[in-house]
Amino acid sequence: MTVINLPEPEQLAARILRGERAAVASGLNLLDNKRAAARDRSARLLASLSAEQALPKGHLIGVTGPPGAGKSSLVAAMIREWRLAGTTVGVLAVDPSSRPEMGGGALLGDRIRIKNSSHDEGLFIRSLANRNQLGGVATEVWPMSWLMLACFDIVLIETVGVGQTEIDIAEIGDTICYVAQPASGDTIQYLKSGIIEIPDIFAVNKCDLGAPARKTAAEISRSAPRQDRREAWDYPVCLVSATMNTGIKAFHEHFARHRQFLANTGLLGKLRSRHQSAWVIRLLKEEFGTFGLELAGGRELIGQRLSENGVNQFAEYEQLRKHILSRFMSVNPPSSPTKRS
Amino acid sequence: MVAAQKKRDQPWLMRTYSGHSSAKASNTLYRTNLAKGQTGLSVAFDLPTQTGYDADSPLARGEVGKVGVPISSIEDMDQLFDQMPLDQMNTSMTINATAPWLLSLYIGLAQRRGIDATKLSGTTQNDIIKEYLSRGTYIFPPGPSMRLIADTINYTVKHVPKWNPTNICSYHLQEAGATPVQELAYALCTAMAVLDRVKASGEIAPEAFPQVVERISFFVNAGIRFVEECCKLRAFGEMWDELTLQRYQVEDPKLRRFRYGVQVNSLGLTEPQPENNVQRIVLEMLAVVLSKGARARAIQLPAWNEALGLPRPWDQQWALRMQQVVAFETDLLEYEDILDGSPVIAAKVRELIEGARREIDQVEAQGGIIAAIESGYIKRELVGSHMNRLRAIESGDLKIIGVNCFQETAESPLTLGADGGIMKTNPAAEREQIERLLAHRQKRNGDEVQAALQGLTDAARSGENVMPSSIRCALAGVTTGEWGDSLRAVFGEFRPPTGIDIAIDSREVLGKKDLVTDLRARVASTGSALGRPLKLLVGKPGLDGHSNGAEQIAVKARDVGFEVVYDGIRLTPPQIAQAAEEEGVHLIGLSILSGSHMELVASVVQELRSRDLADVPVVVGGIIPREDADKLLALGVRAVYTPKDFNLNAIMVDMVDVIREGNGLARLGLPH
Repeated sequence: MTVINLPEPEQLAARILRGERAAVASGLNLLDNKRAAARDRSARLLASLSAEQALPKGHLIGVTGPPGAGKSSLVAAMIREWRLAGTTVGVLAVDPSSRPEMGGGALLGDRIRIKNSSHDEGLFIRSLANRNQLGGVATEVWPMSWLMLACFDIVLIETVGVGQTEIDIAEIGDTICYVAQPASGDTIQYLKSGIIEIPDIFAVNKCDLGAPARKTAAEISRSAPRQDRREAWDYPVCLVSATMNTGIKAFHEHFARHRQFLANTGLLGKLRSRHQSAWVIRLLKEEFGTFGLELAGGRELIGQRLSENGVNQFAEYEQLRKHILSRFMSVNPPSSPTKRS
Repeated sequence: MVAAQKKRDQPWLMRTYSGHSSAKASNTLYRTNLAKGQTGLSVAFDLPTQTGYDADSPLARGEVGKVGVPISSIEDMDQLFDQMPLDQMNTSMTINATAPWLLSLYIGLAQRRGIDATKLSGTTQNDIIKEYLSRGTYIFPPGPSMRLIADTINYTVKHVPKWNPTNICSYHLQEAGATPVQELAYALCTAMAVLDRVKASGEIAPEAFPQVVERISFFVNAGIRFVEECCKLRAFGEMWDELTLQRYQVEDPKLRRFRYGVQVNSLGLTEPQPENNVQRIVLEMLAVVLSKGARARAIQLPAWNEALGLPRPWDQQWALRMQQVVAFETDLLEYEDILDGSPVIAAKVRELIEGARREIDQVEAQGGIIAAIESGYIKRELVGSHMNRLRAIESGDLKIIGVNCFQETAESPLTLGADGGIMKTNPAAEREQIERLLAHRQKRNGDEVQAALQGLTDAARSGENVMPSSIRCALAGVTTGEWGDSLRAVFGEFRPPTGIDIAIDSREVLGKKDLVTDLRARVASTGSALGRPLKLLVGKPGLDGHSNGAEQIAVKARDVGFEVVYDGIRLTPPQIAQAAEEEGVHLIGLSILSGSHMELVASVVQELRSRDLADVPVVVGGIIPREDADKLLALGVRAVYTPKDFNLNAIMVDMVDVIREGNGLARLGLPH
């Protein structure tokens, strides 16, 4: 049997809250670990992290868009602005995995595109494979982004936009940014698909191309969401060029402005609480199926419990897991020959 | 009986690519080589010089004087060409991103010695496109890089008319996996991009443009399939003739000649039974000399032991003697073109030309070679071709004697000596060069240096030709790092697409299907045992940019199920350790081909320890002599892979076992 030393969750949480990079790294490894002992500790880690920090802290940002739109270079340019202002940044960069029958491996190339050549202690990048999950966002992203939020001012999630992804990422981020490629079929598909309702900020990259970029920006502005969706937010469409470094500053300022908007309108807390509930249900369903959810009282009841004031969602998640597990055990005790561990 | 003296053609220029440790040591080597009958110099620069860093830069650590000579200032240049008449020699410099600078040092030195620049002859390689695709010593983004190339061409055509300002390289494309058709197409596309850029600069009057076209020369590779390679060179000649006439209206056929130099293929040289490389090199040379109409103007041959490490003077002498035997003993130079009129050759040439035209159209349709590089298209094509070659070697379809067949061998007396049959660079070279540099910085006039650098910055900003201000910098005693930093500040640095984002080939992924299935099962089950999928970090510490090996490992590891973080080239040891920590990897794979493995690996191991990551295993790949491999293992490295480990599946099996062992799981060993 392997000997893998799993960290003590409560100690680890304290170190993460102090901003120790090594602790962040080992916390992320723990959250990624699927073995039973590790899952248990993951839940304890998240519960103690969220017991220590107020919910509406930091800023969770999702950046998505079609392949080749230059998301990583744009993310790099944004990071440069934040770092100049002394803001710390954690990045979760998600790349696709190959199909399971092709080995399920992945080439994670965002790191090389995002980071610059100098050494920077205020920037932390973790690359992730989506592991063939339907939405394109690994289920690990939700707890991992939460962990990173405990010690970085900004947590940025970068994913390749493939339709469904936007819906998933919208259930994580406070602010969602869509990066469009001028004159590309993907962007037109996107406009047609209706998911345009989701992003809060649009960037049309490669604006040095001139007319095609302006045309794409105009198309997005025309199809932009109804103004009443989130009260007074204006859904800006920005022309930028990551390689020429133009338009970045104005684009960048919209993020802080959106964060401020969410806080002022009291939306931030509600948004996060809603997101957390959605993920708890998603993870429970993934682990135990619809039957499992029923054993815990059904989707609606769980949603209600989670949205109650002052609920620690991670602690609640852990309790629900244990509850469902015990019910499973009684339905199908471990002595059963079909369920040997 | 001796035949009557026949009229013979002049042989080509004979060179040996060399340089190491210091300007002084290299000068001694050059003078010895010239005394042995070498007719031209081919200067190899070390990586800090090639990438615009001073010897005391943190990035230069371990790299100074390794793959070539360190040149920090005009004083080093002076020592490199000590007692050599610059106006009576032909000097080829393998220099690219910093070509305007090294050429400025050469011109500045001539000026200091009272020699007229019009008397200088030689070549600066100065082809940035292939640096992005294969060789890796680029600095700036494509726009400014192309502009620097145009600046050197515009300057030399007017002031150093015998100089070949750029040497369009198909050599490195072949090393990166290019087929003959791809080599033809991409090299010609590169030449078009360069000429178009010069034309657009407006610095050359239209009636003088044919002289610019005439100064464009090529640097070509010749592999072991020497009949096809010979046809490739005839195809090059025909296509260049047509292109220069049609696209650039060069009427004089003499100005349309395809002029090229050659280094024969060091990609195909083997580490097992290295003596076989001698016949490979000779056969490869035949490809570029047989056909008089497509004969090389200059040849440099690799030494038999280049897959083992750096060649010694005696090894280089052997390579020179090969050229001399073909040129002076055989009757080759007594005939007109012996292949003219062969229908077989003509048909093959036609086939290559047609294929190349199709590929050129592909690239042009995407907006030319720069756009096709930025989009990653060309790199993907090359990585794909290289993968096919590796597949063929693994399957045995492509036979390599001593490697995948006829492996039985008696022990070679060539490698039994105390030096292991290779050259050791002077370990004190780095320290000595830094001392020299510090002393030089003390001696020069600081105001003059600042003024010259300001002039360079202004020229870079305004778009004025950078050559005059660079020559002024040279004469003022500016250092290589200062020149590089000034332009980095104006132009920025560039990271090109890696080409590793190619899809898995669903027909068959490298090697036998069962083996791959077995490997995937091993990767998956080891991942489950450890709780999460196996994650690998692949990166290249130091300044060496030859990324082909690292990319192949990354792609292969992905194919068998690893999650691979590819971190690219030019990494410092702290960056690698930081990436390993942030990414939470199970294994670190380092690739180093510059010979700096001892220093670099030791620092990476040190950095990992300081971050409490000593338990993350490290494996190393590269051109690493046996003796060094043992030392690396003693340092704690878990495995060392060298060119003899051509079987990527075997490397994957071993990497999985290294991870297993590090985590208390049993090794699985070789599959049945």
